[in-house]
Amino acid sequence: MLTKRIIPCLDIKDGRTVKGVNFVNLRDAGDPVALAKRYTTEGADELVFLDISATEQKRKTLADLVLRVAAALDIPFTVGGGVSSVADAKILLRNGADKIAVNSAAVRTPELINELSTAFGSQCVVVAIDAKKIDGRWMVHLVGGKVPTQIELKDWVKEVEIRGAGEILFTSMDHDGTKNGFANQALAELSTLVNIPIIASGGAGATNHFADTFKLGKADAALAASVFHYGEIKIPELKKILKQENIAIRITDENS
Amino acid sequence: MNTVIIDYDAGNVKSLQFALERLGVEAVLTDDIELIAGADRVIFPGQGEAVSAMKKLKKHGLDQLIPSLKQPVLGICLGMQLLCDETEEGQTKGLGIVPTKVVKFPDSVKVPQMGWNIVTHSNTGLFQGIQQDCYMYLVHSYFVPIEPETSAKSNYAGEYSVAINKNNFYGVQFHPEKSSKAGSQLLENFLKI
Repeated sequence: MLTKRIIPCLDIKDGRTVKGVNFVNLRDAGDPVALAKRYTTEGADELVFLDISATEQKRKTLADLVLRVAAALDIPFTVGGGVSSVADAKILLRNGADKIAVNSAAVRTPELINELSTAFGSQCVVVAIDAKKIDGRWMVHLVGGKVPTQIELKDWVKEVEIRGAGEILFTSMDHDGTKNGFANQALAELSTLVNIPIIASGGAGATNHFADTFKLGKADAALAASVFHYGEIKIPELKKILKQENIAIRITDENS
Repeated sequence: MNTVIIDYDAGNVKSLQFALERLGVEAVLTDDIELIAGADRVIFPGQGEAVSAMKKLKKHGLDQLIPSLKQPVLGICLGMQLLCDETEEGQTKGLGIVPTKVVKFPDSVKVPQMGWNIVTHSNTGLFQGIQQDCYMYLVHSYFVPIEPETSAKSNYAGEYSVAINKNNFYGVQFHPEKSSKAGSQLLENFLKI
């Protein structure tokens, strides 16, 4: 049986992780490679690296980081943040990234999704979507949620699937940072609209939130950042609890 | 030992090279017929789409070379699928080594299958020393049905082949280079065959 995935997300700026971490025995908490290795050992199923730097050096720094991560990691990872062309994506994939996440650039130029999936295959195209409920309708937002659009979430997910997205990373801006749980109602609805995997993001605060998003939200994977970085939720314990809840999950100490 | 990875523009080859490097093997990425023919081990990677993959193989004469190889050959993902007679993906003819047709997952499940699934295997060959019912990482929309050549299976909308073996040809649907310790063990086993 295909297992549900637990995905820690690392925010990257100028080649370093942005948020602090309080892992013991981790000498350099800002080094994404050390942190990624730690999560791999703990049983993370996949990792996402989101680059939020805006310097001119950005591309080269990110490409170098991807290469270092690929050398150290033996689980899949996605890289996103400012990917706006096939050329951008090619450098990252060539350096060892498994998937590329596109967000604002895909909304501005939807053809980018077609171009990426034609060039590299749907399996490495993740469309990240930030949305927020306005007057009862889920609306897509750009630039990390700063800029609203007139596009409805339900229309956009269908369009990205048709254009060749292999997966959707849905972040609810209403839930992000609240630690009150994922947007399960919206997630479950998305699962009826498209037939590609959906990653739930935004709202993780406790272990039962993960169980809920897999059961009620029908999510294929769940992504979180701070609860993992600050050690509030430890992946081995989380996975043990999910397994007890009869959720298909990969337990690494038994079957590594 | 001389290990080569066939270069035909197939997706994430870097991770495969790194995984082999961690096992102490420097694998050369090449489309040179003589280098491939003379290698001790040949890895036939794959990620992407069948039609353009076959076109690229034909362009370099690799469609003729691969079936004639006598040393151990490991097809990964699309590389495994192309070892078969044909695939539904673009109604493409494969390399004809394993007599079966690769088909698409039904709409009753999410396509592509993406993630870690349980692999039940023969305990022999590539799977020697790997825990039974281990987890491997898979990303694919098409699959190889259960055949006499099946050496490992998984379940997604029913049972299907995640590893096949015929003579010196081995194929795995999962990505061993992305499948943690079990995947690394499988690559090590291939190098020792």
